[in-house]
Amino acid sequence: MSSERKIRVLIAKPGLDSHDRGAKIVARALRDAGMEVIYTGLRQTPEQIVETVLQEDVDVLGLSILSGAHMALFPRIMELMKKKGLNDVLVFAGGIIPEEDVPQLKKIGIKEIFGPGTPLQTIIDFVRNNAPRKA
Amino acid sequence: MRSLEQLAQGVVNGDKRSIARAITLIENNGEDAQKLVSLLYPYTGKAHIVGITGPGGSGKSTLIEKLISELRRRGKTVGVLATDPSSPFTGGAFLGDRIRMQKFATDEEVFIRSMATRNVPGGIAKATKDAVNVLDAAGKDVIIVETVGAGQAEVDIIKVAHTVVVVFAPGLGDEIQAIKAGIMEIADIFVLNKADLENANRAVTDLKASLELNAQEKAWKPPVLKTVALTGEGIEQLVNEIFEHKAFLEKGEGASKRRKWVETELVEAIKQKVADLIVDDLKKRKVFNELVEKVMNRQVDPYSAASKIVAETLLSAKKD
Amino acid sequence: MFKREKLEEIAANEECWKQTTLPKWLSTRPERKPVFKNTSEFEIKRVYTPLDVADFDYMRDLGFPGEYPFTRGVHATMYRGRLWTMRQFSGFGTAEQTNRRFKYLLKEGETGLSIAFDYPTIMGYDSDHPMARGEVGKCGVAVSSLKDMEVLFDGIPLDKVTTSMTINGPAAMLLAMYIAVGDKQGVPREQLGGTTQNDMLKEFFAQKLCIFPPKPSVKLVTDIIEYCARNLPRWNPISISGYHIREAGANAVQELAFTLYDGITYVESTLERGLKVDDFAPRLSFFFAAHNDFFEEIAKFRAARRLWAKIMRERFHAKNPRSMWMRMHVQTSGCTLTAQQPLNNVIRVTIQALAAVLGGTQSLHTNSFDEALALPSELAVRIALRTQQIIAHESGVANTVDPLAGSYYVEALTNEMEEKAMEYIQKIDDMGGVYAAIEKGFFQHEIARSSYKYQREIDSKERIIVGVNEYTVEEGEMETIPILKIDPKVEEEQIARLQKLKRERDNRKVKEVLEKLHYSAEKNENLMPVIIEAVKAYATLGEICDVLRAVYGEYKELIVI
Repeated sequence: MSSERKIRVLIAKPGLDSHDRGAKIVARALRDAGMEVIYTGLRQTPEQIVETVLQEDVDVLGLSILSGAHMALFPRIMELMKKKGLNDVLVFAGGIIPEEDVPQLKKIGIKEIFGPGTPLQTIIDFVRNNAPRKA
Repeated sequence: MRSLEQLAQGVVNGDKRSIARAITLIENNGEDAQKLVSLLYPYTGKAHIVGITGPGGSGKSTLIEKLISELRRRGKTVGVLATDPSSPFTGGAFLGDRIRMQKFATDEEVFIRSMATRNVPGGIAKATKDAVNVLDAAGKDVIIVETVGAGQAEVDIIKVAHTVVVVFAPGLGDEIQAIKAGIMEIADIFVLNKADLENANRAVTDLKASLELNAQEKAWKPPVLKTVALTGEGIEQLVNEIFEHKAFLEKGEGASKRRKWVETELVEAIKQKVADLIVDDLKKRKVFNELVEKVMNRQVDPYSAASKIVAETLLSAKKD
Repeated sequence: MFKREKLEEIAANEECWKQTTLPKWLSTRPERKPVFKNTSEFEIKRVYTPLDVADFDYMRDLGFPGEYPFTRGVHATMYRGRLWTMRQFSGFGTAEQTNRRFKYLLKEGETGLSIAFDYPTIMGYDSDHPMARGEVGKCGVAVSSLKDMEVLFDGIPLDKVTTSMTINGPAAMLLAMYIAVGDKQGVPREQLGGTTQNDMLKEFFAQKLCIFPPKPSVKLVTDIIEYCARNLPRWNPISISGYHIREAGANAVQELAFTLYDGITYVESTLERGLKVDDFAPRLSFFFAAHNDFFEEIAKFRAARRLWAKIMRERFHAKNPRSMWMRMHVQTSGCTLTAQQPLNNVIRVTIQALAAVLGGTQSLHTNSFDEALALPSELAVRIALRTQQIIAHESGVANTVDPLAGSYYVEALTNEMEEKAMEYIQKIDDMGGVYAAIEKGFFQHEIARSSYKYQREIDSKERIIVGVNEYTVEEGEMETIPILKIDPKVEEEQIARLQKLKRERDNRKVKEVLEKLHYSAEKNENLMPVIIEAVKAYATLGEICDVLRAVYGEYKELIVI
């Protein structure tokens, strides 16, 4: 008897930013949409986040940051993901990320950035439609 | 795309990616899951499995964090499986246990995995047992299985452990009633956490009294320990007791307990296999729905129906 | 206050109105919603009459401004005597850059300073700490040592300004630095005026900037309250905050109740030190948000004053009327501002600021319209300041005290706010107080519940946010505004400065004083004096905090979604 395949999502807060209202709301929404959501808690280093992605074998990684440190932290995270062979994980981000930084972030592998005011359903649909089907 | 053999080899080598993938395979419980366990089984049997359960608010997660620290201090490698309930309505789950353990995320010798119960009856116990097998085969000295001691699923999960630790805290209300009776009976160690709180001593007394009342003649008398997880007080003693219990299990009556487990595991595996085979066959022959109708209409009771089917199956098997 | 016969007459007439005039309107023009509620989930009636405040007693419920129960204001003349302080929260990049922004704002008419520190500083890390990478100067100014503080206040005489410091975990260290700067400038300590936020309880369930666990954190808070009571008579040692609780997702009545309860806890912890309530209570101050629902916010501010006065008099037996004053700073709500059509935020901030003024705040920060995009540009912060100035000088609302008093709606709402907040306070009392409630996840659960509800209301369009779920425009049509950028070189420069500092100071002295601090912390003494000594020896913020981390341990939060 096979268990229904679940989409496993990691929601992470890199760096020192402590604003977690959005991260928690997204975590809850994804859970209510039937996904398994792991939350790292605050103040995670890139190393901790990537290691967690690996051990939890998640399909999706959501990064939340409002402190302006994304241009320093996201590249480091994506570099580590690559190094560990985690290229098939869907990565998205949210928080306060200026429009002009988005192209560069997409280039390093962050599929989509969801800024303030994004409806929850948009994020849910995005994850559902883009989560990798792992063998 | 790796073969199962390669995956199994990766696990045995301690490769974290392999371990992670293996556990996912097991959670999804396809055909490959069983094959993988078969490949890994020869490498299992070395780890000591510690089940930690208790009501929400008992400080379990902080306790586990300190446990991992102490075990690491003693040079042990650690695997952790943290289970949380899936919503019966949405099927989703929030897995927040690893937050307290995140400082070990980058410790090479610690592997932490969060598992949702996924609402398959008996499913999580099996998945947990097999995930334990994976971590065992990967060489972890101690494997910690964490649950919330709230429902039947949790009792089932905890049965996979060699040493069951039940954690309470004072002032949680009817904490003793809050734990399913089943868990109280299989507990090997009781821990009163947050022992620095005012009503701690009273809680210990109450617990000891309740245990006296329900005491059976056992070779191992579950101790009641006091800890303050926040500061680490009492953790060393807890780890000592865990290893005491491990030693106990390795001889005499303890060894027979281990044997009983394997018996149960084997019987469960057989039951599951037989049930799957027969039911699949019934469904293939489109007989299953007919049978369900008959039982619903009270033309036959479920037990008689089962007896008949098994008899027929055995008979036809003999013919082949 | 109302004659019974008159009330009966009104009631009879209201019944009549409901039978005759009202139905005609309802049938041709049904109301926009079946029920109207505010964020606190109070039902808002169609029309308020004296019946809604039937047992209103002017002297008991309002009194005169400057007198118990202070509902109408803590000062007798309020803004007629002195306008609220216009205090814009600012800080970014290096101390020099922030010093320039301070001077700019003072020139443009702000009347008080307010420092925003960067994340590493807030978390007690120096700019060269691994966790500080990418964060230096991004959300506030980087201050790693007394040297930075000296630069921050270069050319700003501390006897001529008051400064609010939004700092919690390392509040003692930053206050010590401020005192040291004052000493250097030759300003007597008794003249130093300002505020340290220093409210750790709300960190544990709202802002989450915790370094040490709850008990040692509150110990440090109390050290500061005690030290200031004895040495800095013009300093507000604490700003008991509801703003962050609100921003984390709580509704208005939760914001009010949880803040007041934190206040109660701080009073208790200071009394445990042996001080008398009137020795320190006059300098306790508060900090609230000003959110969108105009009248709900005004009622909240008025209820806050009345409640605190009652709590101080009845629960803590304060005798000095000043102990019963709730002096507050208000900041307009950041989370209500949008990234879409950012100029709309000017209007939101204006309405929110007006609510704060009509609510009788002592001090006000207005957000800049680019809040959802970046730190304030010069243009944006100027407009924010002008908002306050226009309200103050052009609108006339500051020309009388508590103008909305007597409004049936506002008084009814104030009463309900007080009543519901008291229910929460009773509930937390029953739970065993703040620590028990935090451990149980009570606050976190309430906040998560309210914030999720709010988001679902927006997603379902039950709650309209202009420009976000209604009246949207295409991206191409949106206004472009200048965005403040933080030069990444800031981090390099800070690190270089730190390294230079460590080379040039007397490292032996630093080592000595840090050992002294460790010893003092173990003995549970008031740490302010030794921390002042440490900062004067140019021990860095990180070094001082590390000593305390070793003694107190670090904190891990309880997650409730």
